[in-house]
Amino acid sequence: MILQNLIALLVIIPLLAAPACLLLPRRLAWGAATLVSAAVFALAALLLWRVQVQGVVSYHLGGWPPPWGIEYRADALNALVALIVAAIGALVMPYARRSVAAEVEERNQAGFYAAYLLALSGLLGITLTGDLFNLFVFLEISSLSSYILISQHRDRRALVAAYQYLVVGTIGATFLLIGIGLLYGMTGTLNMADLAERLPLVDGTRTVYTGFAFIVVGVGIKLALYPLHWWLPNAYTHAPSVASAFLAATATKVAVYVLLRVLFTVFGAEFSFRSAFFHSALITLAAAAIIAGSAMAIVQVNVKRLLAYSSVGQIGYMVLGLAMLSGLGLTAATLHLFNHALMKGALFLALGCVALRLGGCGLHDMKGLGRRMPLTMAAFVIGGLSLIGVPGTVGFISKWYLVLAAIELGWWPLIAVILVGSLLAVAYVWRVVEVAYFQEAEGERCEAPLSMLIPTWILLLANIYFGLDTRLPVTLAQDAALLLTGGNP
Amino acid sequence: MNPQLALQLTLVVPLAGALLIALAGRWPNLRETLTLATAGALFYLVFQVFLAVGANSDPNALYIELFSLLPGLAIALHSEPLSILFALVASGLWIVTSVYAIGYMRANKEKHQTRFYVCFAVAIFGAMGVAFAANLLTLFLFYEVLTLSTYPLVAHKGDAKARAGARTYLGILLATSIGLFLPAMLWTYALAGTLDFRAGGILEGTIGGTAATVLLLLYLFGIGKAAVMPIHRWLPAAMVAPTPVSALLHAVAVVKAGVFTFAKVVIYIFGLDFLVDVPHEVIAAYIAGFTIVASSVLALRQTNIKRMLAYSTVSQLSYILLAVLVLTPLSGMGGIIHIVAHAVAKITLFFAAGAIYVASKKTEIHQLDGIGFRMPITMGAFAIAALSMIGVPPTGGFVSKWYMIAGAFQNDSYFVLGVLSLSTALNAAYFLPVIFRAFFLRESEAPAKPHGEAPVPMVAAICVTATLTLLVFFLNGPLVAFENAVLGVTP
Repeated sequence: MILQNLIALLVIIPLLAAPACLLLPRRLAWGAATLVSAAVFALAALLLWRVQVQGVVSYHLGGWPPPWGIEYRADALNALVALIVAAIGALVMPYARRSVAAEVEERNQAGFYAAYLLALSGLLGITLTGDLFNLFVFLEISSLSSYILISQHRDRRALVAAYQYLVVGTIGATFLLIGIGLLYGMTGTLNMADLAERLPLVDGTRTVYTGFAFIVVGVGIKLALYPLHWWLPNAYTHAPSVASAFLAATATKVAVYVLLRVLFTVFGAEFSFRSAFFHSALITLAAAAIIAGSAMAIVQVNVKRLLAYSSVGQIGYMVLGLAMLSGLGLTAATLHLFNHALMKGALFLALGCVALRLGGCGLHDMKGLGRRMPLTMAAFVIGGLSLIGVPGTVGFISKWYLVLAAIELGWWPLIAVILVGSLLAVAYVWRVVEVAYFQEAEGERCEAPLSMLIPTWILLLANIYFGLDTRLPVTLAQDAALLLTGGNP
Repeated sequence: MNPQLALQLTLVVPLAGALLIALAGRWPNLRETLTLATAGALFYLVFQVFLAVGANSDPNALYIELFSLLPGLAIALHSEPLSILFALVASGLWIVTSVYAIGYMRANKEKHQTRFYVCFAVAIFGAMGVAFAANLLTLFLFYEVLTLSTYPLVAHKGDAKARAGARTYLGILLATSIGLFLPAMLWTYALAGTLDFRAGGILEGTIGGTAATVLLLLYLFGIGKAAVMPIHRWLPAAMVAPTPVSALLHAVAVVKAGVFTFAKVVIYIFGLDFLVDVPHEVIAAYIAGFTIVASSVLALRQTNIKRMLAYSTVSQLSYILLAVLVLTPLSGMGGIIHIVAHAVAKITLFFAAGAIYVASKKTEIHQLDGIGFRMPITMGAFAIAALSMIGVPPTGGFVSKWYMIAGAFQNDSYFVLGVLSLSTALNAAYFLPVIFRAFFLRESEAPAKPHGEAPVPMVAAICVTATLTLLVFFLNGPLVAFENAVLGVTP
């Protein structure tokens, strides 16, 4: 039963658990959310295993066969993304109890967990669905619940940040909807595989081009692709730590997945990159994101905002890998999607520990924190090294593939961009290290509780483990790349 | 002992030592005992590897794969003569430096001593990894470990000056390694499909002449630890570190890791035979030659003892690079002997500078008038080491210079000969006045607090390294035989 309905269960369980959470008292709401997250993680692992064994897994909702009914479809690419989302969720929830208790009003906490489950369900839905309209619906579910998650911080600035995100996010969703509508008008279908077959029949029509443009811009906003990124730093900075960690590690990754899916599966690489202008614009924007995002990160005085800008830069790496269109480039993009979730998740979790003890993440408050919170700051340093791409961490593996792909294509200036991005990362990570380790401490030792340290360190050790034993992510990323370029894994 | 096990333990022991030292932080005596025990155990292990593999020049005589990082690329260890030599030097001098450091840190009542010893052990772990890396990727991994673990040592004092120096240090080393070394390595991988160190190199037939020159220069500048100009500035900046750090790391482990890496790249990645045919290879030699002369001139102008020694190190490192780049067997031998000869002499000089600082708080050269009468052992050792820097017998520096000059004659490289003689004169010009001041001038004013020699552990360490400087001259036979093995690979 479980095996047959695996994909649907992944989405349905958190969706149904969310309203239940709202009815439960605060403590039980946390327990329920944690249990559900763990269960979802187990199911996602199972799904990935099935995809590995039997190839594409397809599920017809309500028994209606596609293209009439809604199809859920798991292949090497989205099973991996689903696993990332579920794994981060399962790690964040045990961590959440103390952090949410400190940062969210008591009466809102059950609601917070309910919103989190909705976001989880939405992100998994986006990832697993094979239907373009269904994707839009889940995108709205995840977005609306993210606005709630972000707004829940006691600090009133969270409201402004959430509102800003709401406005931008809605514009993005509208663009996406218009694009989907245009495609539906031209082809009469919403199933992605079916769309991919029918689009060539109406190829070259202005409507399809317009639909393409709307969809790409809509996804670009969700993705925070430079210069559409400006909602992201505020949202991540003022959100509760749990929400920042969860969204930073998953939401943008899912958006990258959507971009990959739309460009390569629905439209096909030949159509998507037919316009040399679009192709070069994408490359330029990715390069600009890497440089500008990292450079902006250097001047921040709030460490959460620093990491948020760093995310803008890191998204640039993924888009750059995507825009290379080669097998190696797509491998690099998928790999970085996985690796970046690990490192940013770990870093935001470490910052959550800091926020719990200091009440904020200002750089000036972190003087001598290496002595006061040794384990937390050690985690931050290792996560930072991964962000830089020091060998022995996952960041290095991503950079390795990305540069290798660029060498293969002979894109020498972009190699320089990638490496300069790394060097800028050194600059912003080291600002924090210097303050935390080489300035005198002001205050007593105040290490974070174990319930928060353990999830942080699990993610961190994953950073090192997958930096040394790369078989799992590399194999999956290669399968995914093969899938996107049209071969069979 | 099983050599496989011994080789793996050379990495495990310093790391485990670091952990134990960290745990023993509350009990200084236990902590320092652990440091010494770790250093001793490590040297024993390296010696076991040496006994097992010895001068066997086959790079795969002892090969261990630890992780498979990427397809066709592993984190792997091996042992060949060059790596054993570097490992022996670094681990042997670690014992001496630990003794010295205990005296220095206690006499100076430094803060954060536990962090100091822990980072030191991790740095040695990095150095061992660099020494025994079986491919360029593994080497790069440990190269970065070495960079990162020495950063806290350079910034040790924590004041604005130390932080600024450490920032320069880390900035230059990371920027060159990520910005130049990494792409050079990726380029090599894209060309050859492997990064293994193989006798005769892996690049032959995969790359054109001019591109090979560019690649060679990427390596030369990317391996920032070798400190060729203009990326040498991290080395003087690192002098804000406590003296034991300058002595072992910035005269031996870190900088020798740099020239060692470059030598490995030249011998095992390019291959000497291939490099001879590369058209503009000589540019790299010119850069090294320029560095030798220019940094000797800069050393002449320094007033601070440690900074003078730092510029002298920059110059001496380029001796080794230049010797390797002459591409004749004899000069290569000279270069590799110089790794040892310079290590023992320069560590002596730094030890002496630290001893002077601990005993009298003096850091400038002009303050040294007559100090030879108060600290005869220290300054005597300083004199021996300085003579080695100049290349006067009976010191180790003479042996290496002898071979370098002989090698330069082998292919009539008059540029190299000119550089060598000019820099010898310059070395004499900045070292001899120091010795003259110490022994032939009278103190201008009596120090506020009369002092004699530094604490016993420090003086003992100085004596050991000064003796080693002499021994390199008298017992150069085994060393030369050993070098033959390295270069026998690439006749």
